[in-house]
Amino acid sequence: MALNKVIASFDEAVADVHDGAVLLIGGFGTVISCASRLIEAIGRRDVKDLTVVGNTAGFGEEIWNIYGFPGCDDQDLLVRTGKVRKAIVSFPVHHLVETNLEKKLKAGEVEYEMVPQGTLAERIRAAKAGIGGFYTRTGADTVIEEGKETKIIDGHKYVLEYPLKADFALIRAYKADRWGNLIYRGTSRTFNATMAGAARVTIAEVDEVVELGDLDPEVIVTPGVYVDRVVVRQEAG
Amino acid sequence: MAEKQRMDSLTMALRAAREFQDGMVINLGGGLPLLAANFIPAGREIIFHTENGALGFGEICTAGEGDHNLINAFGQPVTPQPGMSFFEQAEAFAMIRGGHLDCCVLGGLQVSEKGDLANWVVPGKQVIGAVGGAMDLASGAKKLIVLMTHNTREGESKIVKECSYPLTAKECVDIIVTDIAVIEVTERGLVLRELAPGWTPEEIQELTEPTLIMAPDMQDIQLM
Repeated sequence: MALNKVIASFDEAVADVHDGAVLLIGGFGTVISCASRLIEAIGRRDVKDLTVVGNTAGFGEEIWNIYGFPGCDDQDLLVRTGKVRKAIVSFPVHHLVETNLEKKLKAGEVEYEMVPQGTLAERIRAAKAGIGGFYTRTGADTVIEEGKETKIIDGHKYVLEYPLKADFALIRAYKADRWGNLIYRGTSRTFNATMAGAARVTIAEVDEVVELGDLDPEVIVTPGVYVDRVVVRQEAG
Repeated sequence: MAEKQRMDSLTMALRAAREFQDGMVINLGGGLPLLAANFIPAGREIIFHTENGALGFGEICTAGEGDHNLINAFGQPVTPQPGMSFFEQAEAFAMIRGGHLDCCVLGGLQVSEKGDLANWVVPGKQVIGAVGGAMDLASGAKKLIVLMTHNTREGESKIVKECSYPLTAKECVDIIVTDIAVIEVTERGLVLRELAPGWTPEEIQELTEPTLIMAPDMQDIQLM
């Protein structure tokens, strides 16, 4: 068989997620833009000490039920079931409820690193692009600067940030082909497209797999080189 | 003389929106700033930017309507518009950090007389802060408008000599629109430009910690 990245099931797609793995989890905050089936499949595995990286640490099925997405879950599943040791996120709170990350932090059960959203995106992009680090003005003269090298460039203070390396990227896309080329819908690219290719293994959860050639090369957002595995939502278990 | 009162949220948002010039690319923070989208001055074309990867979208949809794959940074569905574009997170922030946003409106907890902004965590009240894109926006936008009430519920001035709350960014604020005044941050200090109807400059000064410079052309807040 020619190159085929399509995996038959979600469980199979995450079978090598191990204790202590660093997971990049795509999306921005809403449950429909994250790889929820992949997260659920990891939830079924006996793994611990995971590090989750993303815009949020998830909000959980109770919140998504309130918002009209019953039966949907996000990375909060991994936090509340005690599989997570550390969260690296930019926006871990919700205006309606105390998140499970907040509860676990109070209890001293998890570690937390806050990263400004743009710095988080750029650290992930740096990992994908093989960049050893970068200077940014974001975070200068704030708590983010503490313990980091700074440099004055063109009269402004910049903070040195390093790439964020990971074992797995779990991303959500709209359509894929067997080479792993991806397209997205609307505002769901977010951290999904940024994280594709930024981890040792990138796994894409998609709505549909189409024939090679059906995706217009002019509009492919994530070239297949960044994607290692593809799983389809409707067909797979 | 007009009866002295504090402006409500919508009136504050209306005042902030008067800063929107034709063709500007603008990002609005959550809560109060987001309301400014409803008050684009007539005849001006504004391109709104959102951190979750869209430019040039339209109004927020009525509750229960819209497409959940076309949302703003607060998860609210927005309407599509001709000219709209989508992009991923690193691109969305290249726009912010690279100085491609003409204007950003953010909420504030404290603004110092030098234009330092604190707006992401109330020490002691929250177990963790949530900075989101605030630091990037504050340090990246060409013009930063802070929209906030002038005083805390306890009556303390949110405009301060030095911020006591953790900073979002240093020397980043250009204009402060409050419920009683419009204040410009300049190298000389804070300039009181506009007053809510019925207020005197002395009354505004009394509710403000740093000393205000009185603009020679000071006027009542302009809403039209």
